[in-house]
Amino acid sequence: MIEIGLGHYLSLGAIIFFLGVIGIFLNRKNVIVILMSIELILLAVNINLISFSIFSGDILGQIFTMLILTVAAAEAAIGLAIIVVYYRNRGSIRVEDIHGMKG
Amino acid sequence: MIVHSIFFYFFSIIAIFSSLMVITSRSTINSVFFLILDFISVGCLFIMVGAEFLGMILLIVYVGAVAVLFLFVVMMLNVAEQKQSWFIGKKSTHIPTGLIVSVLILLELLVVVGGWKYKEDVMSSSTLIMSDISNTHQLGLVMYTDYILYFQLAGIVLLLAMIGAILLTFRERVGVKKQSYINQISRSPSTAIELKEVRSNQGVKIDD
Repeated sequence: MIEIGLGHYLSLGAIIFFLGVIGIFLNRKNVIVILMSIELILLAVNINLISFSIFSGDILGQIFTMLILTVAAAEAAIGLAIIVVYYRNRGSIRVEDIHGMKG
Repeated sequence: MIVHSIFFYFFSIIAIFSSLMVITSRSTINSVFFLILDFISVGCLFIMVGAEFLGMILLIVYVGAVAVLFLFVVMMLNVAEQKQSWFIGKKSTHIPTGLIVSVLILLELLVVVGGWKYKEDVMSSSTLIMSDISNTHQLGLVMYTDYILYFQLAGIVLLLAMIGAILLTFRERVGVKKQSYINQISRSPSTAIELKEVRSNQGVKIDD
């Protein structure tokens, strides 16, 4: 319990991943919160990669983390641009109101 | 080691609490602030565990750029009046499904609590962490040599994201007067100047 090992970091990543998935599924507010949940999930993945990288002594995981950071930033920019365009066309970004494709 | 564990529990409790508040907070602006707090605490964890460069990058890129982008969009879109809590609404059939899927994923992920054993020499790697140079130095040594292609591809991804975001939100406004350089340059004196004979005491009508 006192000795912090790999399992502690992986558990932290698992809990944050779980909270992100819950945020996607149970969200009724607006799409921005769903984007933030995706950011949480990517953060959990980064925690896993960095802890494996440190505890196994290989720096490759940190390079993967850097590439994931890049993709996450690009995804946030594109997603927010799509949300802005949707709000401009429809006037609402509530999840319940987005049913144009009858999904 | 006791200090390490104290800091680990401190930052991880802050991270879990703030990520819980991100998905349950009533207003979107509070969610964004808790997202920032989450990134800060996880960045401190990264710095603590020994990945200083990525912790700093997390602070700079996420807290400085992405979270501020979220804040801008939340402020622009006027979503303050759309706040609503979770379980209000007539269609609530998705909640049991979502809970089942989430709990299943959590149970799968919590296998890691059982421990992790690996063979020391399961594969040979050329990028082992060396202890005599700093983290940033070693990251640069690997990233700019062996992984230069992926580094440049990441740059191209960012460029495409920037072009895409600008192209998506670009809007041609009507009724806005703009300067047209080509029209200004292509004027000639024969079309721009008109000479008139001005009679005494009669003046000139400009309009015709």
